[in-house]
Amino acid sequence: MKTPASSMSAALRLAAVADTPARATTVNPIGRIIKYVLFDILQNRIVIGYTLFLLAVSLGLFGLSDDPTKGLISLLNIVLIVTPLVSAVFATIHFYNSYEFIELLAAQPVRRGIIVWGQFLGLVLALETAVCVGIGIPVAIYSPSATGVVLLLAAAGLTVVFIALAMLASVCTRDKAKGIGLALLLWFYFTLLYDALVLFIMFSFADYPLEKATLVMAALNPIDLARVIVLLQMDISALMGYTGALFREWLGTGAGITTAIAILLLWATIPMLLAVRVFRKKDL
Amino acid sequence: MLESIQLSKSFGKLKVLKDMSVQMRAGQTISLIGPNGSGKTTFIKCLLGLVIPDSGSINLYGNNVLGGWDYRRYIGYMPQIGRYPDNIRIGQLFDMVQEIRRGTYQRTDDDLLRAFDLPKLAHKTMRTLSGGTRQKVSACLAFLFDPDVLILDEPTAGLDPVASEILKEKVLAEKAKGKLTLLTSHILSDLDELTTDVMYLMDGQLQFYQSIQALKEQTGEEKLHRAIANVMKQHPAA
Repeated sequence: MKTPASSMSAALRLAAVADTPARATTVNPIGRIIKYVLFDILQNRIVIGYTLFLLAVSLGLFGLSDDPTKGLISLLNIVLIVTPLVSAVFATIHFYNSYEFIELLAAQPVRRGIIVWGQFLGLVLALETAVCVGIGIPVAIYSPSATGVVLLLAAAGLTVVFIALAMLASVCTRDKAKGIGLALLLWFYFTLLYDALVLFIMFSFADYPLEKATLVMAALNPIDLARVIVLLQMDISALMGYTGALFREWLGTGAGITTAIAILLLWATIPMLLAVRVFRKKDL
Repeated sequence: MLESIQLSKSFGKLKVLKDMSVQMRAGQTISLIGPNGSGKTTFIKCLLGLVIPDSGSINLYGNNVLGGWDYRRYIGYMPQIGRYPDNIRIGQLFDMVQEIRRGTYQRTDDDLLRAFDLPKLAHKTMRTLSGGTRQKVSACLAFLFDPDVLILDEPTAGLDPVASEILKEKVLAEKAKGKLTLLTSHILSDLDELTTDVMYLMDGQLQFYQSIQALKEQTGEEKLHRAIANVMKQHPAA
């Protein structure tokens, strides 16, 4: 950043060259908004701490065993819990802490949609960098395989999905505590409750053919999807039992992964589009 | 120039604005007054699109701007409580707003910036500022892009007499250039010399909207606050 003194003198200089007519009539300031969101995120050190944490965990898990595949599986289990949690909570807190910035922007000639997308993309950029460094580097060192890449993709995908869900939770409620609670609830639901629910259904309807239903149920949970993607690639889908075997049987490895990633992307797009819709009509 | 047509807004069951229809012209300095909770800020926020009205429309230069965003380039807004990101420095804040609005303005106006001596405080972060200094920053931002319409919500609240005087002079100077200024305030005498018209809002309903001249003639009072008190007695709703 520029030094403050030169900042203000820049403002004054601008004032001095007063009568230069505006060049563009329509502006698309989303890049500038992303820049300030990133600037704001970098000022607190949470993202750096998160990067270091991921780095330590990944290096530690790979270091524990000689077999990189074992390391990958351990890492997968951590990734499936930690990345959604951190993404959801950080994104929600950041949104509420940026409320002043958002209010300021909303009074400027800027589209409401641009404001939300700017917040979202800034967060995605910051947290994806953390994921790429924290998980990508250890994977590149210890297990530079297709499976490693797919694990990284799954982590990146979950990050985007849970930022989008957090944005939706944040625009829907004005109260910070409620918003964070809602984001945590979503995480809790997808991590624990959903699996319990699926188990319960499968147990109750054990006498019926549930293949298709299981597939649909896996697609309805982004965390399950991410797990399926990685395990399909690892070719140990039997480990997941029924669902994994079905995915393989029905879709084959390549098509299965592609479909699962496409559904994961829908999990990010739909909440985000909903969030923009809600924010457009929100009273600030 | 700027008009609202049958603007209505309710928060839940509470009707905050009821069929607010007013026309504002260039060169006017309008005082929007009314008791707490009468809908002044809501009306202002509707004009800016910060609050979305339930029904009605807002026209600027004859175009319906409800739901639009680009029209805000013509409006400078000073909020009642200026809230800014905590960690940003004053200098950075001005840089940021200019950068985000790049391409939407013809010239910048830093008269107020200089008058308030803000460049000296450029390195201070917003968190460390006193309420009054925050108000100064808000005021400078409202005037910064030389907008045609100025909307000032409680502009003199929290300002010391010197700063308040500087701001008033600025409003007068802008009025001379043919700007439209809409301001809210509780303190009537404070706005005496600025105002050309008075808008009185009560429970979300427009009670009267008259020029100072008409008001004074009608009531026979010279002082604005007396005149208004007089009218308020005449209006049964008020």
